[in-house]
Amino acid sequence: MSAGITLYHYLTLGGFLFALSVVGIFMNRRNLIVLLMAIELMLLAVNMNFVAFSHYLGNMDGQVFVFFILTVAAAESAIGLAILVVLFRNRSTIAVDELDTLKG
Amino acid sequence: MNTTSALFYLFSAVLLVSAFMVITARSTVHSALYLVLAFFNASCVWMLLRAEFLAITLVLVYVGAVMVLFLFVVMMLDISTDKLREGFWSHFPLAGFIGVLIALEMYLVMKSGFNLPAAKAMPEAVMKLGNTRALGVEIYTQYLYPLQVAAVLLLVAMIAAIALTMRQRKDSRSQNPSEQVRVKAADRFRIVKMDAVIEAPSVPKTPEGDKA
Repeated sequence: MSAGITLYHYLTLGGFLFALSVVGIFMNRRNLIVLLMAIELMLLAVNMNFVAFSHYLGNMDGQVFVFFILTVAAAESAIGLAILVVLFRNRSTIAVDELDTLKG
Repeated sequence: MNTTSALFYLFSAVLLVSAFMVITARSTVHSALYLVLAFFNASCVWMLLRAEFLAITLVLVYVGAVMVLFLFVVMMLDISTDKLREGFWSHFPLAGFIGVLIALEMYLVMKSGFNLPAAKAMPEAVMKLGNTRALGVEIYTQYLYPLQVAAVLLLVAMIAAIALTMRQRKDSRSQNPSEQVRVKAADRFRIVKMDAVIEAPSVPKTPEGDKA
Protein backbone atom coordinates (compact mmCIF):
# COMPACT_ATOMS: atom_id res chain seq x y z
CA MET A 1 0.00 0.00 0.00
CA SER A 2 0.88 3.71 -0.42
CA ALA A 3 4.26 2.97 -1.97
CA GLY A 4 5.47 6.53 -2.30
CA ILE A 5 4.15 7.81 1.02
CA THR A 6 6.22 7.10 4.11
CA LEU A 7 5.89 7.96 7.78
CA TYR A 8 8.07 11.02 7.18
CA HIS A 9 5.56 12.53 4.77
CA TYR A 10 2.93 12.50 7.51
CA LEU A 11 5.35 13.78 10.13
CA THR A 12 6.37 16.63 7.84
CA LEU A 13 2.72 17.52 7.33
CA GLY A 14 2.18 17.53 11.10
CA GLY A 15 5.30 19.62 11.65
CA PHE A 16 4.28 22.24 9.10
CA LEU A 17 0.78 22.38 10.58
CA PHE A 18 2.18 22.91 14.07
CA ALA A 19 4.61 25.61 12.90
CA LEU A 20 1.81 27.39 11.04
CA SER A 21 -0.39 27.46 14.12
CA VAL A 22 2.46 28.79 16.30
CA VAL A 23 2.93 31.57 13.73
CA GLY A 24 -0.81 32.18 13.95
CA ILE A 25 -0.64 32.53 17.74
CA PHE A 26 2.11 35.13 17.42
CA MET A 27 0.39 37.11 14.68
CA ASN A 28 -3.15 37.15 16.09
CA ARG A 29 -2.02 38.31 19.49
CA ARG A 30 -5.08 40.48 20.03
CA ASN A 31 -7.94 38.29 18.86
CA LEU A 32 -8.76 35.70 21.51
CA ILE A 33 -11.09 33.65 19.26
CA VAL A 34 -8.42 33.14 16.59
CA LEU A 35 -5.98 32.18 19.35
CA LEU A 36 -8.36 29.39 20.40
CA MET A 37 -8.65 28.28 16.77
CA ALA A 38 -4.85 28.15 16.46
CA ILE A 39 -4.73 25.94 19.56
CA GLU A 40 -7.24 23.61 17.89
CA LEU A 41 -4.94 23.46 14.84
CA MET A 42 -1.97 22.57 17.07
CA LEU A 43 -3.92 19.71 18.63
CA LEU A 44 -4.82 18.54 15.12
CA ALA A 45 -1.12 18.48 14.18
CA VAL A 46 -0.32 16.43 17.28
CA ASN A 47 -3.16 14.03 16.49
CA MET A 48 -1.84 13.67 12.95
CA ASN A 49 1.49 12.43 14.31
CA PHE A 50 -0.25 10.04 16.69
CA VAL A 51 -2.32 8.49 13.89
CA ALA A 52 0.68 8.25 11.57
CA PHE A 53 2.82 6.50 14.19
CA SER A 54 -0.07 4.21 15.10
CA HIS A 55 -0.42 3.17 11.47
CA TYR A 56 3.26 2.64 10.77
CA LEU A 57 3.98 0.82 14.04
CA GLY A 58 0.94 -1.44 13.63
CA ASN A 59 -0.28 -0.53 17.12
CA MET A 60 -3.77 0.66 18.07
CA ASP A 61 -2.70 2.52 21.23
CA GLY A 62 -1.89 5.68 19.28
CA GLN A 63 -5.45 5.92 18.02
CA VAL A 64 -6.81 5.48 21.55
CA PHE A 65 -4.72 8.46 22.60
CA VAL A 66 -6.12 10.51 19.71
CA PHE A 67 -9.58 9.62 21.02
CA PHE A 68 -8.74 11.00 24.46
CA ILE A 69 -7.08 14.11 23.02
CA LEU A 70 -10.25 14.80 21.04
CA THR A 71 -12.28 14.53 24.26
CA VAL A 72 -10.04 16.91 26.18
CA ALA A 73 -9.89 19.36 23.24
CA ALA A 74 -13.69 19.47 23.00
CA ALA A 75 -14.00 20.16 26.74
CA GLU A 76 -11.26 22.78 26.55
CA SER A 77 -12.82 24.71 23.70
CA ALA A 78 -16.28 24.60 25.31
CA ILE A 79 -14.99 26.08 28.58
CA GLY A 80 -12.71 28.50 26.71
CA LEU A 81 -15.61 29.86 24.72
CA ALA A 82 -17.78 30.10 27.85
CA ILE A 83 -15.07 32.14 29.59
CA LEU A 84 -14.78 34.27 26.45
CA VAL A 85 -18.51 35.04 26.51
CA VAL A 86 -18.43 35.98 30.21
CA LEU A 87 -15.35 38.12 29.58
CA PHE A 88 -17.03 39.94 26.73
CA ARG A 89 -20.11 40.59 28.88
CA ASN A 90 -18.00 42.13 31.63
CA ARG A 91 -15.40 44.05 29.62
CA SER A 92 -17.01 44.45 26.15
CA THR A 93 -13.71 43.51 24.55
CA ILE A 94 -11.73 40.39 23.75
CA ALA A 95 -8.45 42.11 22.86
CA VAL A 96 -5.80 40.29 24.84
CA ASP A 97 -3.69 43.35 25.63
CA GLU A 98 -6.63 45.16 27.23
CA LEU A 99 -7.17 42.40 29.76
CA ASP A 100 -4.86 43.84 32.39
CA THR A 101 -7.18 44.27 35.36
CA LEU A 102 -4.87 42.29 37.64
CA LYS A 103 -2.04 44.73 36.92
CA GLY A 104 -3.90 47.29 39.00
CA MET B 1 2.83 8.24 -8.53
CA ASN B 2 -0.13 6.11 -7.57
CA THR B 3 -3.57 7.23 -6.46
CA THR B 4 -2.83 7.17 -2.75
CA SER B 5 0.15 9.48 -3.04
CA ALA B 6 -1.75 11.82 -5.33
CA LEU B 7 -4.61 11.97 -2.82
CA PHE B 8 -2.17 12.51 0.05
CA TYR B 9 -0.53 15.47 -1.70
CA LEU B 10 -3.92 16.94 -2.64
CA PHE B 11 -5.36 16.70 0.87
CA SER B 12 -2.21 17.98 2.58
CA ALA B 13 -1.93 20.91 0.20
CA VAL B 14 -5.52 21.96 0.87
CA LEU B 15 -4.99 21.36 4.60
CA LEU B 16 -1.91 23.59 4.76
CA VAL B 17 -3.46 26.33 2.62
CA SER B 18 -6.62 26.41 4.73
CA ALA B 19 -4.55 26.42 7.94
CA PHE B 20 -2.69 29.43 6.55
CA MET B 21 -5.99 31.12 5.75
CA VAL B 22 -7.26 30.45 9.29
CA ILE B 23 -4.49 32.56 10.77
CA THR B 24 -4.56 35.33 8.16
CA ALA B 25 -8.25 35.68 7.24
CA ARG B 26 -9.69 39.15 7.65
CA SER B 27 -12.90 38.26 9.44
CA THR B 28 -13.23 35.76 12.25
CA VAL B 29 -16.13 34.02 10.51
CA HIS B 30 -13.89 33.28 7.54
CA SER B 31 -11.25 31.88 9.89
CA ALA B 32 -13.81 29.52 11.42
CA LEU B 33 -14.99 28.36 8.00
CA TYR B 34 -11.42 27.74 6.83
CA LEU B 35 -10.86 25.75 10.03
CA VAL B 36 -13.83 23.57 9.04
CA LEU B 37 -12.16 22.96 5.66
CA ALA B 38 -8.90 22.10 7.43
CA PHE B 39 -10.66 19.55 9.64
CA PHE B 40 -12.35 17.94 6.63
CA ASN B 41 -9.02 17.51 4.85
CA ALA B 42 -7.32 16.21 7.98
CA SER B 43 -10.07 13.62 8.26
CA CYS B 44 -9.44 12.61 4.64
CA VAL B 45 -5.72 12.20 5.43
CA TRP B 46 -6.64 10.00 8.39
CA MET B 47 -8.77 7.91 6.04
CA LEU B 48 -5.62 7.28 3.98
CA LEU B 49 -4.00 6.05 7.22
CA ARG B 50 -6.92 3.62 7.72
CA ALA B 51 -8.13 5.31 10.88
CA GLU B 52 -11.74 5.41 9.70
CA PHE B 53 -13.39 5.74 13.08
CA LEU B 54 -11.25 8.68 14.13
CA ALA B 55 -11.76 10.36 10.75
CA ILE B 56 -15.54 10.19 11.16
CA THR B 57 -15.26 11.27 14.80
CA LEU B 58 -13.19 14.28 13.78
CA VAL B 59 -15.89 15.41 11.36
CA LEU B 60 -18.75 14.71 13.79
CA VAL B 61 -17.18 16.19 16.91
CA TYR B 62 -15.18 19.05 15.45
CA VAL B 63 -17.15 20.16 12.44
CA GLY B 64 -20.49 19.20 13.93
CA ALA B 65 -20.08 20.48 17.47
CA VAL B 66 -16.98 22.51 18.23
CA MET B 67 -16.94 24.63 15.07
CA VAL B 68 -20.67 25.31 15.35
CA LEU B 69 -19.98 26.51 18.90
CA PHE B 70 -17.19 28.74 17.58
CA LEU B 71 -19.48 30.19 14.91
CA PHE B 72 -22.22 30.82 17.48
CA VAL B 73 -19.81 32.70 19.73
CA VAL B 74 -18.36 34.69 16.82
CA MET B 75 -21.83 35.78 15.74
CA MET B 76 -23.00 36.44 19.30
CA LEU B 77 -20.18 38.82 20.19
CA ASP B 78 -20.12 42.18 18.50
CA ILE B 79 -16.43 42.56 17.72
CA SER B 80 -14.82 45.01 15.38
CA THR B 81 -12.21 42.91 13.64
CA ASP B 82 -10.38 45.90 12.17
CA LYS B 83 -9.41 47.14 15.61
CA LEU B 84 -8.20 43.68 16.59
CA ARG B 85 -6.07 43.44 13.47
CA GLU B 86 -4.11 46.62 14.12
CA GLY B 87 -0.41 45.87 13.89
CA PHE B 88 -1.12 42.41 12.47
CA TRP B 89 1.89 42.37 10.14
CA SER B 90 4.19 44.07 12.61
CA HIS B 91 4.36 40.80 14.51
CA PHE B 92 5.41 38.94 11.36
CA PRO B 93 9.22 39.05 11.79
CA LEU B 94 9.11 37.45 15.24
CA ALA B 95 6.35 35.01 14.23
CA GLY B 96 8.19 34.01 11.06
CA PHE B 97 11.42 33.49 12.99
CA ILE B 98 9.71 31.26 15.57
CA GLY B 99 7.92 29.31 12.84
CA VAL B 100 11.11 28.70 10.87
CA LEU B 101 12.87 27.71 14.10
CA ILE B 102 10.20 25.12 14.91
CA ALA B 103 10.25 23.73 11.36
CA LEU B 104 14.05 23.50 11.51
CA GLU B 105 13.97 21.67 14.84
CA MET B 106 11.46 19.16 13.49
CA TYR B 107 13.67 18.67 10.43
CA LEU B 108 16.69 17.96 12.66
CA VAL B 109 14.68 15.43 14.67
CA MET B 110 13.45 13.68 11.56
CA LYS B 111 16.82 13.72 9.77
CA SER B 112 18.26 11.17 12.16
CA GLY B 113 15.21 9.00 11.47
CA PHE B 114 13.19 6.74 13.71
CA ASN B 115 14.73 3.50 12.51
CA LEU B 116 11.34 2.02 11.65
CA PRO B 117 10.74 -0.71 9.11
CA ALA B 118 8.79 0.60 6.15
CA ALA B 119 5.01 0.42 6.72
CA LYS B 120 4.70 -2.52 9.04
CA ALA B 121 1.14 -3.68 8.63
CA MET B 122 -1.35 -3.94 11.46
CA PRO B 123 -1.44 -7.37 13.05
CA GLU B 124 -3.62 -9.84 11.20
CA ALA B 125 -6.14 -10.11 14.03
CA VAL B 126 -6.67 -6.34 14.16
CA MET B 127 -7.18 -6.08 10.40
CA LYS B 128 -9.80 -8.80 10.57
CA LEU B 129 -11.77 -6.99 13.27
CA GLY B 130 -11.86 -3.69 11.41
CA ASN B 131 -10.69 -0.34 12.70
CA THR B 132 -13.78 0.66 14.69
CA ARG B 133 -14.13 -2.68 16.42
CA ALA B 134 -10.42 -2.93 17.21
CA LEU B 135 -10.49 0.56 18.72
CA GLY B 136 -13.56 -0.34 20.76
CA VAL B 137 -11.97 -3.52 22.10
CA GLU B 138 -8.86 -1.57 23.06
CA ILE B 139 -10.81 1.23 24.78
CA TYR B 140 -13.23 -0.99 26.68
CA THR B 141 -10.63 -3.45 27.94
CA GLN B 142 -7.23 -1.89 28.39
CA TYR B 143 -8.29 1.75 28.67
CA LEU B 144 -11.55 1.39 30.59
CA TYR B 145 -10.48 3.46 33.57
CA PRO B 146 -9.19 6.41 31.47
CA LEU B 147 -12.46 6.25 29.54
CA GLN B 148 -14.43 6.77 32.76
CA VAL B 149 -12.18 9.68 33.68
CA ALA B 150 -12.78 11.21 30.24
CA ALA B 151 -16.53 10.84 30.74
CA VAL B 152 -16.35 12.64 34.10
CA LEU B 153 -14.20 15.32 32.47
CA LEU B 154 -16.86 15.94 29.82
CA LEU B 155 -19.55 16.16 32.51
CA VAL B 156 -17.49 18.67 34.49
CA ALA B 157 -16.88 20.71 31.34
CA MET B 158 -20.58 20.74 30.53
CA ILE B 159 -21.61 21.87 34.00
CA ALA B 160 -18.84 24.48 34.09
CA ALA B 161 -19.82 25.94 30.72
CA ILE B 162 -23.48 26.16 31.74
CA ALA B 163 -22.69 27.62 35.16
CA LEU B 164 -20.36 30.22 33.64
CA THR B 165 -22.72 31.53 31.02
CA MET B 166 -26.08 31.23 32.80
CA ARG B 167 -27.59 34.53 33.79
CA GLN B 168 -30.11 34.73 36.63
CA ARG B 169 -33.26 36.38 35.38
CA LYS B 170 -34.58 39.08 37.66
CA ASP B 171 -38.25 38.31 37.13
CA SER B 172 -38.07 34.57 37.51
CA ARG B 173 -39.88 33.00 40.46
CA SER B 174 -38.22 29.95 41.87
CA GLN B 175 -38.64 27.79 44.94
CA ASN B 176 -36.00 27.23 47.56
CA PRO B 177 -36.66 23.72 48.90
CA SER B 178 -34.39 23.97 51.91
CA GLU B 179 -36.20 27.07 53.08
CA GLN B 180 -39.50 25.35 52.49
CA VAL B 181 -38.48 22.39 54.63
CA ARG B 182 -37.11 24.51 57.45
CA VAL B 183 -40.20 26.65 57.80
CA LYS B 184 -42.10 26.54 61.13
CA ALA B 185 -45.74 27.13 61.79
CA ALA B 186 -44.89 30.29 63.72
CA ASP B 187 -43.35 31.80 60.55
CA ARG B 188 -46.53 31.39 58.64
CA PHE B 189 -49.23 32.77 60.96
CA ARG B 190 -49.50 34.29 64.39
CA ILE B 191 -52.39 34.17 66.82
CA VAL B 192 -53.45 37.58 67.97
CA LYS B 193 -55.43 38.01 71.18
CA MET B 194 -58.36 40.27 70.57
CA ASP B 195 -61.41 41.19 72.49
CA ALA B 196 -64.50 39.64 71.18
CA VAL B 197 -66.51 41.97 69.08
CA ILE B 198 -70.17 41.78 70.00
CA GLU B 199 -72.32 42.71 67.18
CA ALA B 200 -75.12 45.04 68.09
CA PRO B 201 -78.57 43.66 67.36
CA SER B 202 -79.62 44.94 64.08
CA VAL B 203 -82.29 47.56 64.23
CA PRO B 204 -84.58 47.77 61.30
CA LYS B 205 -83.91 51.04 59.65
CA THR B 206 -86.81 53.35 59.64
CA PRO B 207 -87.15 56.92 58.60
CA GLU B 208 -87.77 57.80 62.29
CA GLY B 209 -84.59 56.11 63.35
CA ASP B 210 -82.73 58.18 60.85
CA LYS B 211 -84.01 61.36 62.39
CA ALA B 212 -83.04 60.28 65.92
